[in-house]
Amino acid sequence: MTADDADGILVRVGQVDKEFKRGSEVVHVLGGLDLEIPNGEFLALMGPSGSGKSTLLNLIGGLDRPSEGSVEVGGQRVDQLSARKLATWRARHVGLVFQFYNLMPVLNAQKNVELPLLLTRLSRSERKKRASLALDIVGLSHRAGHYPRQLSGGEQQRTGIARAIVTDPTLLLCDEPTGDLDRKSGDEVLDLLQALNKEQGKTIIMVTHDNHAANRASRILYLNKGQLSIDPVD
Amino acid sequence: MKYLYLIFSSLRRKKLRTGLTILSIMVAFVLFGYLTAIRQAFVAGVEVAGADRLIVRHKVSLVQLLPQSYESRIEQIKGVENAAHATWFGGIYQEPRNFFAQMPMVPEEIFSMFPEYVISDEHQAEFLATRSGAIAGRGIVERFGWKVGDRIPIQATIWGKKDGGRTWEFDLVGIYDGAEKGTDTSQFFFRYDFFDETRAFGQGQVGWYTVKVSDPDRAAEIAAAIDAEFANSPQETKAEPEGAFVQGFANQIGNIGFIIMSIMTAVFFTILLVAGNTMAYTVRERISELAVLKALGFTDRGVLSLVLGESLSLTAVGGVIGLILAWLLVSMGDPTQGSFPVFYIPTRDLLTGVFLIAAMAFVAGIIPAIQAQRLQIADALRR
Amino acid sequence: MRSVSQRKGSSAAALFGIAGVVAVMVGVLSIAQGVRKTMDGSAVDENAIVLRSGADSEMMSGLAGDDTRIIAEAPGIARNGDGALASPELFVIINLPMRSTGTDANVPLRGVQGQATAVRDSFQLVAGRMFEWGLNEVIVGTGAQEEFAGLEIGSSIEVGQDNWPVVGAFSARGGIAESEIWVDAAVLQPAFRRGNSFQSVAVKLESPQAYDEFKNSLTSDPRLNVKPQREAEYYASQSRTVYNMITGLGTLIAVIMGLGAVFGALNTMYTAVSSRTREIATLRALGFHSTPVIISVLSESLVLAFAGGLIGAGLAWLAFDGFRAATLNWSSFSAITFAFDVNADLLAQGIIFALLIGLAGGLFPAIRAARQPVAQALREL
Repeated sequence: MTADDADGILVRVGQVDKEFKRGSEVVHVLGGLDLEIPNGEFLALMGPSGSGKSTLLNLIGGLDRPSEGSVEVGGQRVDQLSARKLATWRARHVGLVFQFYNLMPVLNAQKNVELPLLLTRLSRSERKKRASLALDIVGLSHRAGHYPRQLSGGEQQRTGIARAIVTDPTLLLCDEPTGDLDRKSGDEVLDLLQALNKEQGKTIIMVTHDNHAANRASRILYLNKGQLSIDPVD
Repeated sequence: MKYLYLIFSSLRRKKLRTGLTILSIMVAFVLFGYLTAIRQAFVAGVEVAGADRLIVRHKVSLVQLLPQSYESRIEQIKGVENAAHATWFGGIYQEPRNFFAQMPMVPEEIFSMFPEYVISDEHQAEFLATRSGAIAGRGIVERFGWKVGDRIPIQATIWGKKDGGRTWEFDLVGIYDGAEKGTDTSQFFFRYDFFDETRAFGQGQVGWYTVKVSDPDRAAEIAAAIDAEFANSPQETKAEPEGAFVQGFANQIGNIGFIIMSIMTAVFFTILLVAGNTMAYTVRERISELAVLKALGFTDRGVLSLVLGESLSLTAVGGVIGLILAWLLVSMGDPTQGSFPVFYIPTRDLLTGVFLIAAMAFVAGIIPAIQAQRLQIADALRR
Repeated sequence: MRSVSQRKGSSAAALFGIAGVVAVMVGVLSIAQGVRKTMDGSAVDENAIVLRSGADSEMMSGLAGDDTRIIAEAPGIARNGDGALASPELFVIINLPMRSTGTDANVPLRGVQGQATAVRDSFQLVAGRMFEWGLNEVIVGTGAQEEFAGLEIGSSIEVGQDNWPVVGAFSARGGIAESEIWVDAAVLQPAFRRGNSFQSVAVKLESPQAYDEFKNSLTSDPRLNVKPQREAEYYASQSRTVYNMITGLGTLIAVIMGLGAVFGALNTMYTAVSSRTREIATLRALGFHSTPVIISVLSESLVLAFAGGLIGAGLAWLAFDGFRAATLNWSSFSAITFAFDVNADLLAQGIIFALLIGLAGGLFPAIRAARQPVAQALREL
């Protein structure tokens, strides 16, 4: 996936509505939302709980579908892909980083990082090499054989980031990546994301509550009542 | 193949639970193997029965005797190649529980009638040369630790001797082996001429005839011709194919097949509950993990296969160990200490076992697998 | 919330697992019980049976007519208006098709004399009439009538070239005689060319204590070469092979299956314990001892097992009790008909077995729960 748009826009969200049914009640989370993210941007999404930040992230990552509107990533209408194609698309083009790391407890760091590569046609040795490289980038080569329960929170999140970048996606989607970490570990993770953005040109969308984290981004958008604005919510 | 690691890692998560589930599945397949061997003990006779052989007995019952003179009359009937008579001796070796079949027959007729009894030429010749000689199947020879040259005393229950004695002594001159796995090697043959001149009564009377026909397709027709030959005589006959005769006999003991099938159904149902329950747990516990896999790009079908793969590994390990254990248990000997003519797990049933492993894996895993397949990532990750 | 419904599923699996084991165990053993009840149940303390010495069953025995008269004169035999209660009998088999499979079975055909019904007080004519002495008529036991085809009153059995009409049906309190067909011995002897010979003499003694005197007189009589046995002894030896075989097999199957159920129960209880880790740890942190923890886990397991045992035993009772079948009595080479017998002993055995499974399945998880370090358990989850 390349930003083949002439204007260098990687993500284009057009007039997106998203509703959830909670029992008999319909909740409108997003209403007519528009968003364009240029290639190579580090965008922070902020907003109160329940404002739809994660929903928006899920829509861009193809984990969920909009009720109305279009989601286009790298020229691909993500909302129109079949479930099967969407899975393949995610594997190839998107790296996901979660608040609670979501590592497989039964796999060690190396194998966790290697996981997305199982979906490729790479050889066993090539998979191993790439996983090691990704661990190296996040500075965890020495912890490759450790299981998640043997790693600190910061280390687990860095492993999560290594897993996200191992397939070399253009787009990294991070959902509160520092939300469960102390300040020091959080800073390390943010340093890492910034480096990935600057040095490797990854486009990053990061959902966060934390102003300190958001300030590392190149742009901050605030989501409130289903609408985006450049001003913080008061 | 590359997903195997993932499957085994998941199974390692709760080693205890995985172990216990494997053990319970193993138990089901031990029982399966053992019970099929028992069933086989009852049906093997039918399977190895000669398609070209008939059994001719007294119409009223098997225990009524027929004249020996029938042999030549039977052999004259069109389509009959050969007839051989045998008589139930019903003696006791040492004690009643050492049951095995003893039958006086004409030596040459044994070998021509039953090609499935494999015996060396020397043993055959020795049998022809020894009036008090006897040959026995490998099964009982091993059961009682006999060897050629042994003198074997058998207490008569029916056939007293002319001299008033009831102990018959035979010289074991030969051992026969079964040509097939299902061949009954628990029989003991001795010479009819010796029997006839030694028994106290019943001279010239024999138990039944085994008849070889030239064309198995005409067996029914030939059986009818034999019965017609002796109709309206004091000793009417009933001729039927050997398979039907053996089947009828097995049926008298009871509907073994049905009983064993019922037990097995109960066993598998029980174990299926245990295995299915484990699989359901494995999935419920890992809903968020499975969602992450999907988020990383695993397809719905991929996740389905992963769960089914786990179920299959679990059952395969338990099932294969179970079948092997059953096989070992069965080769240690039958539960009646040797009363079964044969005791082994037929290859066919081993294959059925393998099929059952797959079926059980599928049934136990399919509902959790579908749950995993249908999982909505966004919902599951929110939990 | 989820953990409760999960545990329900797991508990149900363990419960039905145990129920399955108990049902199979009780079901299989009820066959052995049924055979034994039919055989031994027909024995009466003051009754005895005389065979030729060396014969293990009537089938193999043979007694000359003169012998039977000497036996009838032995001391200790009870008498009625018709003389000594001794019945010389002939025992042969005839082939009749089984209703279930259509294949032939060796049905016992007994030739009796006048005192036969007086010797067996359980004998009761339930339909039709008694055969006429000296005629080719038979009466059939109710068990035989149910299992074998062609024994309805009015039909006839083929013996050699003759047809013998069935004129009555009799019961014998569930005893082995119900599997038989009876005919006048004087009719049976020529039909089977037995001259004036018999195979056994059934006698009723004055009292059970009279047996020794009776036995001694027969065994010391130089004219005779016979073996008297108490009826109970005789039937017990007849049923031993079948009983031991089925009981052995049933026990083996139950033990192996029980092992499977123990694994299932262990799974359930370990899961129950791990889902209650925090609750248990909290209790212990509050100062509770480990004993109540062990008791609560164990009792949960035992209650499950007890319920499973009850269900299994109940199912077996509903499905098998009274179920009629026939098998071959190897000693006499003849068919016996019997009813599966799910009796109180078996039900109790089944439930005890279930409780053992529950105990085995609950003990280790209970100990683990009690040993769990409190602080660690509180941190978890």
